[in-house]
Amino acid sequence: MKRILIVGATSAIAEAAAREFAARGDALFLVARDGLAVQAIADDLMLRGAAAIGTALFTARDLEGCVALVDAAVQRLDGLDQALIAHGSLSAQAACETSTAMLHEEFMTNALSVMALALALARHFTAQGHGVIAAISSVAGERGRQSNYLYGASKAAVSTFLSGLRQQLYAKGVRVVTIKPGFVDTPMTAAFKKGMLWATPARVARDIVRAMDRGTPVLYTPWFWRPIMALVRCVPENLFRRMRG
Amino acid sequence: MAAGTCWGRWPRYEHRIVPLRNRFEPLPDLAPLLPYGNGRSYGDVCLNAGGTLLSTRAMDRLIAFNPTTGVLECEAGVLLGEIIDLLLPHGWFPAVCPGTAFVTVGGAIANDVHGKNHHRVGSFGHHVLGFELLRSNGEVLQCSADSHSNWFRATIGGLGLTGLIRKVRLRLRPVESRWIDGDSRRFASLAEFFEFTAASDRDYEYTVAWLDCASSGRKRGRGVFMRGNHAPAPASVIGAARFRPHRRAPTLRVPLTPPISPVWGASVRLFNSLYYHRRAAQQTHISWHYRNFHFPLDGILEWNRLYGPNGFFQYQCALPDTHALAALTEMLELIARSRQGSCLSVLKKFGAMPSLGVMSFARPGVTLALDFPNRGLRTLGLLDSLDAITREAGGAVYPAKDARMSAGAFRQYFPAWEEFQRYVDPRFSSSFWRRVTAA
Repeated sequence: MKRILIVGATSAIAEAAAREFAARGDALFLVARDGLAVQAIADDLMLRGAAAIGTALFTARDLEGCVALVDAAVQRLDGLDQALIAHGSLSAQAACETSTAMLHEEFMTNALSVMALALALARHFTAQGHGVIAAISSVAGERGRQSNYLYGASKAAVSTFLSGLRQQLYAKGVRVVTIKPGFVDTPMTAAFKKGMLWATPARVARDIVRAMDRGTPVLYTPWFWRPIMALVRCVPENLFRRMRG
Repeated sequence: MAAGTCWGRWPRYEHRIVPLRNRFEPLPDLAPLLPYGNGRSYGDVCLNAGGTLLSTRAMDRLIAFNPTTGVLECEAGVLLGEIIDLLLPHGWFPAVCPGTAFVTVGGAIANDVHGKNHHRVGSFGHHVLGFELLRSNGEVLQCSADSHSNWFRATIGGLGLTGLIRKVRLRLRPVESRWIDGDSRRFASLAEFFEFTAASDRDYEYTVAWLDCASSGRKRGRGVFMRGNHAPAPASVIGAARFRPHRRAPTLRVPLTPPISPVWGASVRLFNSLYYHRRAAQQTHISWHYRNFHFPLDGILEWNRLYGPNGFFQYQCALPDTHALAALTEMLELIARSRQGSCLSVLKKFGAMPSLGVMSFARPGVTLALDFPNRGLRTLGLLDSLDAITREAGGAVYPAKDARMSAGAFRQYFPAWEEFQRYVDPRFSSSFWRRVTAA
C-alpha cells in the first residue's frame, strides 16, 4: 500500500489515476477546490478499494498554504510516499493577451502553485529520504504556438523547474516525474474535435501510475508524443513562425 | 459543434456536446437538451440534431453499495461493464444484461433494456429501486415506485426525454461464479424453436436463439437455441478466485471503416451457414464465461464499422404470441427474397411480466432482432415492409434500435405516447422524438 497525495483531484486525469491507485488498495489524500465534487470522488474511491481517504479544500492561489497542506496529508495518511500534482487551467489565450489580471491568474494556477507545492513536498521527501513528486506539464510547453502560447509558457516553466528539481533531489533518493500528456479527451477539452491523436483519461492515467512507480524522469503519454515532439522541436524558428495553428 | 454518433452510424448529425462532470452540475441553458450516455442506441433516440447532447460519461461515480442486499447507488453514467468488473468479485451481477456491457445505467433505464432472462425477471426497470431526476426548471424529483411514481413510470423507457437522471439505486443479483452453464442445440424450424423455448423457460434463467435469416425454403426458420443458468461455485476453487478479475477483456478492434461493407449477400449466407453448422451449435454441456454468453460482440471493439461508411439498421420487433409464428414466417420469407440477409438475427421469447415504463418496449410475446447494412432506399423499403407485418400482427418496434419508423407506425406501437408527452421536459427533445411526433 502506498500513501499518495493528489492535488487537483477533481480533474479527469487525476481522478482516473486515483481509480488505478484505489484498485490496488492505496491510501489517498485528495485536494481540490470543490468540496461537493471531491467528497463524491472520495466515496467512489472507497468503494473501488482505497485503503483510506482524506480530503482537503485548497485553491492554487494559496502559495503560503502549501507546507501546511503537505503536513495535513502526512498526518492523515500517517506518512506519504508519492504525490501527483494535477491541477491546471486551459488558459483562454485571447483573454490573457488583453488582461494582465488573467495573465497573472493563469501563471499562478499553472506554474507558481505547482512550484510551491513541489518545493513543500521536496522538503518532506528529502527529510525522509524517499518519495516521488509527479506533476502534469504538457507537450504544449515544448514550443510556443500562437493559439495557446500562454498556457504553453506556464507549462514550459513547470517542465524546466521540475528538470532542475529532479537533478537536485536525485542523490537524496527522491524521484521527480514530469508528465507530458498530449490531447486528452476530458471535460476541459470538450469543445475540440477529436481525431486519431486523442487519448482517454484512463489510458493516460495508466501510463502515469506506471511512471510514478518506476520514477521515470519524463513521461510522454501516449508514447507517440515523444517522437512527434522531437520533430516539432527540430523545426527552426525561421520556418516555425510562418506556420499556422 | 461535434459529431455525437449512434451505434448504427446512421443518421449523422452535428451537436453541441456539453459534458457533465458530476451529479451536482446544473443543466446548461442550451435547449433542446438530450442526455447522451455511451452512444450504444442504434438510431436517433440518442441524437438531437442541431441541439445539445449532455454527455453523462464523466458522471460515473459509485455512491454506496450494500454488500448484504446487493443494492448499488451510483451516478447515471456508470457502465454496466464497470459494475460487473467492480462487483462480480464480491458475488454480485446486474439483474438484467442487454447484449453489450458498454451501456450506461441511465441509458439502460431510458430504453428499459431487456436481456436473455426477460421471461424470468422482466426488464431493467424492474430492478431499479429509484433515481433522481433533474428537470430543466431546476426541480429535483426523487422517483421510485412509492414517490413520484408517475414520473418513475414515465422515465423508465422514457428515452431520456423526461429530464436528466442523475443518480440511480439498482438491485443487483447474487451469483456464485462468473460462469454460465447450459447447452446449445440446433432447431430446424420456427415451430421447433417454439417447442424448445416452451420447454426451457421454466428451468433456465437465460434462453435465446440465433436465427439463420439468409436461408429460405426447407431451411427457413432454422437456427441455434442456447440456454443457461448461473453456475454454482466450482468446488475446487475457493474464495475470490472463482471471480478472478480479467482486466484485459477486449482484444480486437476494427481499425477502420472499410470503404465497401463486407456484409453482403454471399458472405452473409456463408456466415449463417457456418454458424449453423459449427460444432459448438450442438452441445449438451457448455460452460460459458459470462462475457461470451452475454456480450459476445464486446470482444470486437467498434464492430459496427464492418457495415461500411453508410452504417446499418437494426430492426427489432415484438410480436404477440397469437400472431408470432405467421408473422415471423412471412418476415423470413421477405428477407430471404430481398437478399439483404442479416448475420446477427436473434429470437427470444418475452415473459408475461408487464413492463413498468409507460413507453417500455418489452411486452408478452416473441421478439426478433435483425441487422441490415444501409443500402439506401432498398433497405428502407424492406424495413417498411417488415413494419407492415408487425403492424398487422399488433406488435411493436424497439425505439432504441430504430432510425426510420414512421410517425404512424410509432403511434400504433406505443398508444400511450400522448399520455407520455405530458412528462416530456419542455426543454428536452431528440431527433427520434421530433420524427415520430411530427404531424
